[in-house]
Amino acid sequence: MYCDITVQTATFDLGAEELALRAQAGDAGALVAFQGMVRAHDEAVPLAALFLEHYPGVTEAEIRRIAEQAAARWPVSACRVIHRVGALAPGEPIVLVLIAAGHRAGAFAAAEYLMDYLKTQAPFWKREDFVDGSSRWVEAKASDDAACGRWHD
Amino acid sequence: MSITLLYFGVLKDTLGCSTETLAWDGGTTATLLDLLRGRGEDWALALAPGKVFRLVVNQQIVRGDAAIPEGAEVGILPPVTGG
Repeated sequence: MYCDITVQTATFDLGAEELALRAQAGDAGALVAFQGMVRAHDEAVPLAALFLEHYPGVTEAEIRRIAEQAAARWPVSACRVIHRVGALAPGEPIVLVLIAAGHRAGAFAAAEYLMDYLKTQAPFWKREDFVDGSSRWVEAKASDDAACGRWHD
Repeated sequence: MSITLLYFGVLKDTLGCSTETLAWDGGTTATLLDLLRGRGEDWALALAPGKVFRLVVNQQIVRGDAAIPEGAEVGILPPVTGG
């Protein structure tokens, strides 16, 4: 499997990444793309920016490990993950997952698997910076018990 | 000899530091946590045994008690909130 993982502050271009991945995808019959954007949130005080932090080296290795798990479960021929860090304004792209696979079912499933992982287990930490100058680190949600459980293993 | 500690996310604010060099005579992750918890109430609370956090030694995520060699880089990670 071709696999390219990047954590970066710069934005990315979905179209360019899709073209680049297709060049690595062999005779894949399906390509699924997921792009996530920063939401403005429904707080009393509007969000000025999300600030994301990662652990250089460790975060990329963890994402690669889970991409290889996905490739073991579904016939993935190529994958591209870009996750942004630093200060991101509402509306900006924050994450990109591209999966090329033989057929659509595997491509959809692998893309969802990777996104679920990125949301709940990948080493990223998110701080909300509000327009009034205040900020707070986002706490792990009670609904993320499953994710917390993995941290206890 | 010494080790380098890296703190991430909310721990930077609650502990008031992002990185430090710590004198180290050898030991394990349990040794290190006992030492850090002994620094005061903030540290004891933030790194309490029931708290959910994880240690990384030389870029490898640690499960259970693990040796920390001299010169190691040790990351202390709060629960992830990414994506």
